[in-house]
Amino acid sequence: MFGLKADWSVDVFERYFTLGNYAGGEARWCPGCGDFAVLNTVHRVLRDAQMPPEKSVVVSGIGCSSRLPHYVGTYGLHGLHGRALPLANGVKARRPDLDVWVGTGDGDCFSIGGGHWLHAMRYNMDMVILIFDNGIYGLTKKQTSPTTPTGERTNTHPEGSLLPAMNPLTVTLGITNVSFVAQVPDWNPPLLYETIKAAHKHRGTSFVRIMQRCPVFSDDFCKPYQDHPENMLLLSHENGIPAADNVKKLFKEQIEHDPSDWVEAMKIARDESKLPVGLLYRDPGAVVYEDFSAKGLNKTNEEKLAAINTALDAFAI
Amino acid sequence: MTQQADNGDSAVQIGGNKTAAKVDEYIVEIVSDSGEGAQKCGQTFGNISGKMGNGVWTVEIIPAEIQPPARSPAGASGIRIRIGSKYITNMGNEAELVVAFNEQVLFSRIANGAYKEGTIVLLENKWETDPDEKIRNQYTAAVKEFAEHGLIVHELPIEEACLKIVSNARKGKNMFVLGMISYIFSREPDLGRKEIANTFAHKGDKVIQPNIDLFDSGYAFAAERLDYLWEIPPYTTDTTKPTIITNGNQAVGLGVMAAGMELISMYPITPATSATHYVADVFDNVGGFVHQAEDEIAAMGFALGASFAGKTACTITSGPGMALKTELIGLAVMAEVPQVIVDVQRGGPSTGLPTKVEQADLLSSIYGEPGDAPKVVIAAATIEECFHFVILARKLAEAFRIPVILLTDANLATGVQPYTRPELQEEWLSAPIDQSPWDDSVPAFDWDEGTGLSQRPIPGQRNGEYVLTGLSHTDRSKVAYDSDTNQTSMAHRSRKLAALQKTLKPPKVHGDEAGGDLLIVGWGSTMGAIEESVDILRGQGKSISTLHLRFLSPLEPGLKEIFSKFKKVMTVEINYSDDPNGPLITEENRRYAQLAMMLRAQTLIDIDCWSVVYGHPLQPGMLQAEFNQRLDALNN
Repeated sequence: MFGLKADWSVDVFERYFTLGNYAGGEARWCPGCGDFAVLNTVHRVLRDAQMPPEKSVVVSGIGCSSRLPHYVGTYGLHGLHGRALPLANGVKARRPDLDVWVGTGDGDCFSIGGGHWLHAMRYNMDMVILIFDNGIYGLTKKQTSPTTPTGERTNTHPEGSLLPAMNPLTVTLGITNVSFVAQVPDWNPPLLYETIKAAHKHRGTSFVRIMQRCPVFSDDFCKPYQDHPENMLLLSHENGIPAADNVKKLFKEQIEHDPSDWVEAMKIARDESKLPVGLLYRDPGAVVYEDFSAKGLNKTNEEKLAAINTALDAFAI
Repeated sequence: MTQQADNGDSAVQIGGNKTAAKVDEYIVEIVSDSGEGAQKCGQTFGNISGKMGNGVWTVEIIPAEIQPPARSPAGASGIRIRIGSKYITNMGNEAELVVAFNEQVLFSRIANGAYKEGTIVLLENKWETDPDEKIRNQYTAAVKEFAEHGLIVHELPIEEACLKIVSNARKGKNMFVLGMISYIFSREPDLGRKEIANTFAHKGDKVIQPNIDLFDSGYAFAAERLDYLWEIPPYTTDTTKPTIITNGNQAVGLGVMAAGMELISMYPITPATSATHYVADVFDNVGGFVHQAEDEIAAMGFALGASFAGKTACTITSGPGMALKTELIGLAVMAEVPQVIVDVQRGGPSTGLPTKVEQADLLSSIYGEPGDAPKVVIAAATIEECFHFVILARKLAEAFRIPVILLTDANLATGVQPYTRPELQEEWLSAPIDQSPWDDSVPAFDWDEGTGLSQRPIPGQRNGEYVLTGLSHTDRSKVAYDSDTNQTSMAHRSRKLAALQKTLKPPKVHGDEAGGDLLIVGWGSTMGAIEESVDILRGQGKSISTLHLRFLSPLEPGLKEIFSKFKKVMTVEINYSDDPNGPLITEENRRYAQLAMMLRAQTLIDIDCWSVVYGHPLQPGMLQAEFNQRLDALNN
């Protein structure tokens, strides 16, 4: 952030934020939990964007991942199970100046908050949604979630999960006015960083599904991809998520994918033989709801009173 | 048949010099199939009457279905207008004149006791010559039956007259009828024409002119054919004050704007939605926004998010919506987020009676959340209060950092009444959000030991960063599972209600402050009917008084002292209670009306109740009869 410019002068910012400015309470997740990786990445993205901590709000629902706000030193709203998205949308509605983040999980977002998920994507308010998807309910100790693989034994389905796991990518891509869909594993720090950074930069609702390790309750969920990177498919494109050569080297399977190509994105998402990693879809032109909801913020009291008086005139006798 | 009626005893001298008979008040109904515009007709008539200086109250008669079968008793759609030379606060007793677009819709009104012997019926007569024999027979039988009920029926060729002006009488008959009743009640025809021009302003002259023509012909038609002519002199107490005329939902909408709230977050639900319809029309001009959420829960969550971010928002709903919002209301209590929630009550439980009035959300509003969730609950008693209480609600919500539930109901929502035009105050508007740095030595919940009150940091305030949570938390909003934190934070949240209660004055007794035989206690929209019946009985020398509560949580102070001055205290409410004489009912198992239950618990006085859930507003006559019985029992 500090540096010599061509004229030998130095930009000195009034405030410079370090990682410490974004630190919240001490994170209490299980050892080996993928959430730590996401938390650290959020801190770094905030620091690198030099977001004033008082201008960011981290909103969440209920679950392991929804503890996120407590561990970030910005404002936070630790809401109710499934309701992170309406709360976050409300924060943004009349405060477009605030930088909004949502931390949610597969149960919180895809199950109890399913209805809100569809509509929040359509509102497309400028925020980052981080889905910590570990394919299990962790906080309540191992119940089946919508993304639990078929046959996985859980405490609610001891003989194995009954239904095919939900594909959150195809669902999200199918929503009208969707504007940013990405997927990334939590165990690749550079890619995680670049993905969340791109999501933060995008104006609109950025949906980032993070394949998140839960070594305690769903170790099998990420294992097939950790142990066999060839089961993942890296999406590269000049408009996609930047990946350095040493990152690319980890992925045996790669394709070029233009994130403006929705049909191709849907095809890639639908093919469950490989886990796509990177940016599936981005539409920078999608309608953003706060462009409507935040209208009229600058009205003076005088203007308001005059308008209400006019409204009263219509009822005058 | 028309000819016969026209020549009958109570009808009509064509031409003659009629003089208007002065009356103190009058109740008119217009009843039709759904979609024939009876309500528009009645509302316009109410507006004209208000503009002529009359007291007015209108009540809509609404079928619960959008398109009920034509000509069915259950499909009765319409409106009652009570006008008088006095301040009118309720729908009154039986109507004295009704205009009916078909004969079938009258049956449900008769079953509801809406009419009495001598009620005049102006009935569309086209059904008499309907091609369908069944309809012809129904019509003839009905006319006969109405006469047996003592109704005075005039069969009139209304449709035929309308067809001279428009090709489809279904669209337009209402304005013809407006002309008829405008004549009958000596309304200034120019006022009628102006109202019509306003109503159809956005549709242009092509629509306005035929409607004015219909109005004029209706006016002439009544002058020519009917021998009824009344005058209801203006309501004269103070005509100098500017007056407005609105229904309760419009008043709520105006209140939201006058309170400076910039966001209504809602989901459609009867009978609350029309408040938002109104605001949606004008909100842009004050810089506000209506968010129609994907469901009731999201509506509340969105509002809560905005309030957390410093822009106290409002959500407007009805019983089923309240049920869905419960968990988030609990979060607003727990995390101390200011929030205004308007509950336009309807009949419950479940889907219940969506279009009809009930006051049965009192206990669920106060005690509805799992866990202890102290919040403010207030109830508007008049349409004017629907406006002012929204402003009060926002102030209380912010000052006490608490959700405030404002209870109104279907009766207030659709009732129309003139009242003093509010003089807008700048201090009613919310202050701009504070974005100055926060003193970080002050915790996010700096609970005052004495009141439980605290200031809150708003996102954007430097050094104020905290995490709002629904988990038990310390004053710094840190999650805490320890016993002491939970006990003390619960005490602080509860103390806020006591602190508010200490600022309230005891309610005024309408009647004898020194006490007497019977005290009626009410809340919400029933005030007009209760006071009217109490006044009539007091005029007869009976020792009866009433008081009406606005604050339900916390309860207003001094109640026990007031109650103890009366031989008997009873509540009157529109919610269910067991009849003490009903099968199996004993003092041990009787379920009391909701306010009665609360007052009994709070005062340890043996308070009785009278409550019904017929789905319609209380009528003064009904109350009078009940109060008389109670007074007799007390004195014998």
